[in-house]
Parts: sequence; C-alpha cells; structure tokens
Amino acid sequence: MMPGQAPVILDAVDRRIINALQGGFPVSERPFAEAAASLGLTEEVLIDRLCRLRQTGAISRFGPLYNAERLGGAVTLAAMAVPEERFDEVAATVNAHVEVAHNYERDHRLNMWFVIATDRPARIAEVIGEIERETGLVVHDMPKQEEFFIGFRVDLS
Amino acid sequence: MTVPDDIDRMIIRATEDGLPLVAQPYHALAEDLGLSVAEVMARLRAMAARGIIRRMGIIPNHYALGVTANGMSVWDVADEHAGALGRKIGALDFVSHCYRRPRHPPDWPYNLFAMVHGRSRDEVRARVGEIAALLGDECRGHDILFSKRILKKTGLRLGPERKESCSA
Repeated sequence: MMPGQAPVILDAVDRRIINALQGGFPVSERPFAEAAASLGLTEEVLIDRLCRLRQTGAISRFGPLYNAERLGGAVTLAAMAVPEERFDEVAATVNAHVEVAHNYERDHRLNMWFVIATDRPARIAEVIGEIERETGLVVHDMPKQEEFFIGFRVDLS
Repeated sequence: MTVPDDIDRMIIRATEDGLPLVAQPYHALAEDLGLSVAEVMARLRAMAARGIIRRMGIIPNHYALGVTANGMSVWDVADEHAGALGRKIGALDFVSHCYRRPRHPPDWPYNLFAMVHGRSRDEVRARVGEIAALLGDECRGHDILFSKRILKKTGLRLGPERKESCSA
C-alpha cells in the first residue's frame, strides 16, 4: 500500500460509519442492528457498507483491537539502517517473522522501522537476534518506556 | 493482571482478522469454536474490561482514506523532563501515539516519539512546528520521519495466519 495511492471514494454514509464505529461496537445478540439504529441505518445496510469498505481497503479490519501487553505479551519498535541495494531482500527476511506486526520504510538513514509483537516477552529478544543473524545488520531495539496517549481516531468530518 | 486462558486465546486467534460481517457475529464465532454464545460474549466483555481488547469496531486504513502523511516526529529532550513534555505532546489532537523510548547514540539521539497525522506532508510539518513551539528551549533537536511504504501490516498474531472471507 503506497502512501500516494488514490484514496477510496466515500460517500456521506460511509464517513458517518467510519467516524462513529472506531470503537464501542456492542457485544450483544444483534450488534449490527444496534449500531445501525444509532446511525439511522438498517442492519442490512450497515453490514453491506462494512463489507464494501473492507473489500475496497478503506478499513483494514472490523472487530477487536487487541493489546499485546495486556495479553501478557510484549511489543517493541525496532529500527535498522538497510543498504538501499539490499532493501527488498531484508524486508522479506524481516516480514517472514510472524511476530513482525507492522513494517514501514521511512526516509532516514534508519530506513526500516518495524513493530515486533509477541505473546511471550522473551520472544522479543529472540526475534531481534534472529533478524540480526539472518541479515548481518544491527537492529536497534526501542521499547516504549512510557506511554502518554493512545486514543486517536480518524476524523473524516 | 489476569493472564488470558486457553479459551480466551482461542477467541483471540479466531478474531485477530476481525469479526464475521453477519447479523449475529458472536453466534457465528461461537459455532466455529464449539462454545456457547453466552460464553463468547462474556469473555469478550471481560477482555474489554481488562484492557486486553483496546477497542472494538472499525480499524481504518489511514492511507486508503487519504488521511495521513504519517510523520513520526522524534525529539531530544532532557530525560528528567520527558514525562511532563510527553504528556503535553500527547494531549494534542493530531498526535495518535506519544512514547518515551531509549536513545541509541550516536545514531539516534531522540527519546520522545510522537506520531503526527495530517492530510499532507506540509500539514504534518506545520503541526510538528506547533510541537516545537510548545517545547521551546526544552527541545535540543528533532526530526520527522515520513513513511515511504508500508512493508507489512498484519497486527498481532498469536498463531498461524488465518484467512477470512467476507460473508455478508
């Protein structure tokens, strides 16, 4: 997915759905019916819209967003300086680890930034060691030491 | 802290790509897992109450929505002030995450990270300028790292990858 891609075309109803449903989806017998009612839609229309938003890639997932640390696991941010000519090969090596949840190319000498999320904290150091051995490159481990805010929502209004 | 048990993990594995988009998603999930719907719902509510589920609903794709230039702003501030300054930055409405992280000198002198979103790089740069103004003399150096490409985005995986189909 390139940052420069053309945005998905959304109508007013799509925008309302995206703004309203980034949290608080009910756990109940007919959750889409409840969520639809608060948006002035029918259950069927909401489900159809969500299906289409997911198919077009406007939403990556619909459901629970899990917190790896609260699962007894761990998360870290790692950065590498990858020589340009090896970039794709190293990206494939890094991405092959199931514990690598996100990986971004960034415009800096440290040009590869990835998140390692595991359900076993000791696994973080193992994955870093594996990537260093496989690539011969240094992985800078930057675990968070303090978190100040995480509640951001996309606002399309 | 309660560690999730095997049944919780089973539910997490079954939902890490999302809920089925059907009128009764928890019933569908319960049927797939051979659990009662009451148990599935009780466990999801309990995981939400314990913060294991951060939130439930749409996980947007910022790029597809045209919302982000996704600039990772990074700041070098005195360690003893990092907490107070991090809270100030984290309170800004265009900052999605703000963390204190270790420096790796000489390559990496920065200890505060703030993800700044905007509709264009210029907007992100202007917002990073606002943070710089907020920090004033407390800021000893900063940079913005824009993303060039998403190389992978799957989220947390407990086990083997699982494919999901749109079933509505």
